[in-house]
Amino acid sequence: MSQAVATHDTHEEHGEHPTCTGIPNKKMFMWAFLASDCMFFGCLIATHMVYRISPPPGSPDLQGILDIEIVSISTFLLLMSSLMMALSVHAIGKNNLKSFRRCILATVGMGMGFLLIQSYEWYHFVHEYDLTLTSSLFGSTFYTLTGTHKIHVIIGIIWLMTYYFYSFSGKMDHKSELDVEVAGLYWHFVDIVWIVIFTVVFLLEFVDM
Amino acid sequence: MPMQNEGSSAKVITEERESKPVGLARAFKRPTATTGLVGWLTTVDHKKIGIMYGVAALFFLIVGGIEALLIRMQLAVPNSELISAQLYNELFTMHGTTMIFLAVMPLGAAFFNYIIPLQIGARDVAFPRLNAFSLWTFLAGGIFINTGWILNMLPAIDKAVPKIGWFGYANLTSAEFSGIGTDFWVFGLQILGIASIVAALNFIVTIINMRAPGMTMMRVPLFSWMVLVTSFLIILAFPAITIALACLMMDRLFGTGFYEPVFGGQPILWQHLFWIFGHPEVYILILPAMGIVSEALPTFSRKPLFGYAIIVFSGVIIGVLGFAVWAHHMFTTGLSTIAKTAFALATMAIAVPTGVKIFNWIGTIWGGQIRFTTPMIFALGFIWMFMIGGFSGIMHAAAPADGQQHDTYFVVAHFHYVLIGGSLFALFTGMYYWIPKVSGKMFSEKLGKWVFWTMFAGFNITFFPQHFLGLGGMPRRTYQYDADMGLNTWNMVSTIGAFILGIGILLFFYHLVMMLRKGAPSGNDPWDGRTLEWSISSPPPEYNFAAVPMVTSRDEYWARKMIPEKKKLIENEKPEKSIHMPSPSWFPMIVSIGILIGAYGMAFLKSGYSFVGLGTLFWPIVGLLIITAGIYGWAFEGPGGYHLHPEEEEGSGGYRKKEPSDKSK
Ligand SMILES: [Cu+2]
Repeated sequence: MSQAVATHDTHEEHGEHPTCTGIPNKKMFMWAFLASDCMFFGCLIATHMVYRISPPPGSPDLQGILDIEIVSISTFLLLMSSLMMALSVHAIGKNNLKSFRRCILATVGMGMGFLLIQSYEWYHFVHEYDLTLTSSLFGSTFYTLTGTHKIHVIIGIIWLMTYYFYSFSGKMDHKSELDVEVAGLYWHFVDIVWIVIFTVVFLLEFVDM
Repeated sequence: MPMQNEGSSAKVITEERESKPVGLARAFKRPTATTGLVGWLTTVDHKKIGIMYGVAALFFLIVGGIEALLIRMQLAVPNSELISAQLYNELFTMHGTTMIFLAVMPLGAAFFNYIIPLQIGARDVAFPRLNAFSLWTFLAGGIFINTGWILNMLPAIDKAVPKIGWFGYANLTSAEFSGIGTDFWVFGLQILGIASIVAALNFIVTIINMRAPGMTMMRVPLFSWMVLVTSFLIILAFPAITIALACLMMDRLFGTGFYEPVFGGQPILWQHLFWIFGHPEVYILILPAMGIVSEALPTFSRKPLFGYAIIVFSGVIIGVLGFAVWAHHMFTTGLSTIAKTAFALATMAIAVPTGVKIFNWIGTIWGGQIRFTTPMIFALGFIWMFMIGGFSGIMHAAAPADGQQHDTYFVVAHFHYVLIGGSLFALFTGMYYWIPKVSGKMFSEKLGKWVFWTMFAGFNITFFPQHFLGLGGMPRRTYQYDADMGLNTWNMVSTIGAFILGIGILLFFYHLVMMLRKGAPSGNDPWDGRTLEWSISSPPPEYNFAAVPMVTSRDEYWARKMIPEKKKLIENEKPEKSIHMPSPSWFPMIVSIGILIGAYGMAFLKSGYSFVGLGTLFWPIVGLLIITAGIYGWAFEGPGGYHLHPEEEEGSGGYRKKEPSDKSK
C-alpha cells in the first residue's frame, strides 16, 4: 500500500474547512430540514382545513369548547421561550456557562409549561366534552396535528436538556455556539409553527364569516 | 438531532473526547478497520456507500423484474389461471413499489454517492455518518417491505404482502379490506422516506457547500446540478406521503377516520396527498437520469454541453412546475372544470423545459466527433425512448383524452417508456460510463452493444403494443381478459418482449461479472472525460483528491488537458502531506436497526398475533430505545478522524499516475 496510516492522537488543528457559502454545514442542514418540516406541518394543517371546510355531521361545536384564554397563555409561554433560547445562544457564544445554563433551563421550563397547559387542554377535552381521537374527524385532525407538534416540542426539550447536562462536562465553550444555534433554529421553528396552528385551529373558529 | 456533533466545528471537542469513551461508546468502540466485513458495515466512505447502494438496487431490480415477468406470464393468454388473483394483485403492488423505491431511486442514489463528491472536487459528503445512515435505513426499508413474501409462507400468517397497488388508494387500504400486508407497506414506505429525506438533506449541503475552490454554481457539472434539484424535490415532496401514510396509520391502528367515509372522511384526500408526492416523485426518478445523459453526451461527442445554463434552468423549472400538476392523475375523479383546465395546462407547460433539454442534447451531439460506445448508445436510446414517453404523456395531459386513457394499458405503456426507456436507460448509461472509474476495469464493447440492443428490442416489443392494448380498452391491473376482446395477439407479443428484456438484463449482469473478473485496466481517463472525476485514479483513492483542485472553468479536466496555461496551474497544486479522514462508525447502522425493529413492532400492533411480545407496544419501545441510544452514541462519539498520507511521488491532483492494477482490490 502506498499510504501510511496514522491514527489520531495529535491535537493539531484540522482547520475548519471553509464552506463555499460561508454558512456552516450543520446550519444549512437544519435550514433545509426545516423547509422539509414546513411541508410536514403544511400537509397536516391542510388536512385539518379540508375537514374544517366540510365537517361531517356530529362535529363538535368548536366555539363552545375551545378556550382561547388558556391557549393564549401557552402560546405566550412558548414565544417567550424563544427569547430565552436566543439568549442561550448569545451566552454560550460569550463563554458564559452560568448564564447559558440559566437561559436553557428557562427555555426548557417554558416549553414544559406549554406542554403542561396543552396536556391539560387535551385532558379537559376528553373528560368534559368527550372529544377523543376517534369521536369525530375534528378530534382526529386536532389530536394528530397538536400531537405532532407536541412531539416536536418534546424532542426540542430533550435536545436542549442534553446541552444543559453536557455543559457540566467542561467540554462546552464558545466553540459550541454553532451547535446550540442549530438547536435554537429548530426551537424557533417549532414556535413559529405553533403560531400558525394557533391561528388556523383556534382563532379561525371565532371569526364570523 | 443526529447531526448535532457532525461537521467540523465540534472537532476539537470530539477528539479530546475520543481518548476516554463513556458508557455506550465503550460497548461500540470506534471501529478502525477500513477493509473486511467490519470495514463495509461501519464505513462512512461515500464510494463504498455508493457501491452498496448500487449492489442492493441491482438486487431489487432483479426481484422487481421477476415480479414483472410473472405478471406478463399471467397475461400472455386470455383467461389464464397460471397464478391466483391474490398473488397477481400482490405482484403488481410489489413490482411498482420495488422498482420505484428499491431499484430506480437507490440506483440513482448509488451515483449520487459515488460520483458527486468526485465531480465537485470534494473528499466526502458533508455528513459522512449520516450518509451511512441513509444507506442502512434504505436497506432496512427494502428488507421490511419484502418481509411479507417470507411471512406468507408461514401457515399462521396470511395476506402479509400488500395488494393495494403502489399508490395504495383509500379505502383499499382500510383495515376492513386489507391485512397486515398494508401495514408492512405503510411502515416500509415511511422507513424509505426517512432514508431518502436524510440523504437528500446531505446532498443539498454537500453540493452547495463542499464544492472545490473556484467551482461556482454555474461550473457545477450537470449531473450534480440535477441531483441538487432532485434533492430539493425529495425534501419537499416526501413529507406529503409521510403525512398521508401517518394518517393512514392512525386509521388502521388507532381507529381514526381520515379516509373512512363512515366517519365523514374523504378517500379522495389520500389521492391528493399521495399525488402531491407522487408527481414530483416522477421527476425524482427522471432528473438524475437527465443529468447522467448530460454528462455522457458531451464526452462522447467531444463537445461542451450545448446551452449549459438553459439546461440547468430547465431542470429547475421542471422541478418547480412538478409541484403544480399532481391532479392530472385525478382527472376522472370529478374535479371542477377550472381545476382540470389549470392542471392540464400546467402539465402541458412542463413539456416546454423538457423539450428545451432534448433540443440541447441534440445540439450537443450536432457536429461532434461522436463515438458510439455502449454508454453513448444507451444515452441516445434514452433520448429517443424518453421522447416517446413524453409524447404519450402530453396526450393524457389533455383532460378529455385522459378520460379515455385513464387506468388503461396506454398509461402503463406511457410510464414504462418514461421509467425504463427514460430512467433505466440513463442509469445504464451511467453504469457503463462510470464503472471503469469505480472498478478500474474496462468492459468489452461488443458485449455491451449486445446488452443494449437486446434490452432495446425487448423493451419496445413489450411496451409499444401496450399502447394499442390500452386504446383498445384493456384496463390496467386486470387479472384476466376474455379471448374475444381482440387483445390476445398484442398481449402475447408483449409477454415475449418482456422475456427478451429480461434476457437483456441478464446479459448485463453477465457482462458486469465478466468485466470485474477479466476486464483490462481502464486507466484514469478511459473516455477522454471532461469533469474532475476522470482526473484521479480508477478506482479513486480513499481521500479522492490528494490536492484539492482549483477550478477555473466549467469542464475543468478537459480544460486542463487542452489549454497549456492551465496545465501549469495544476503543477502548482501540491498534494497535502496529511489528509484528515472521518472515522468509521457503528452508530448509523444501529439507529437503522432500531428503526427496523420499531417498524416490525408497529406493523404487528393490531395484527392479532401475540407471540414474543408482538401486538403490544413492547417492540416499538425497544426500537425507540435503540434509536435513542444510537443517536446519543453517535452524537457523543463525534466525527472523529484519522490521517492518511498520500505518497509524495503520486504527483499533483490533476495528473496522478497510478495504474489501477496496483490496487489489490
Ligand atoms: Cu404526474
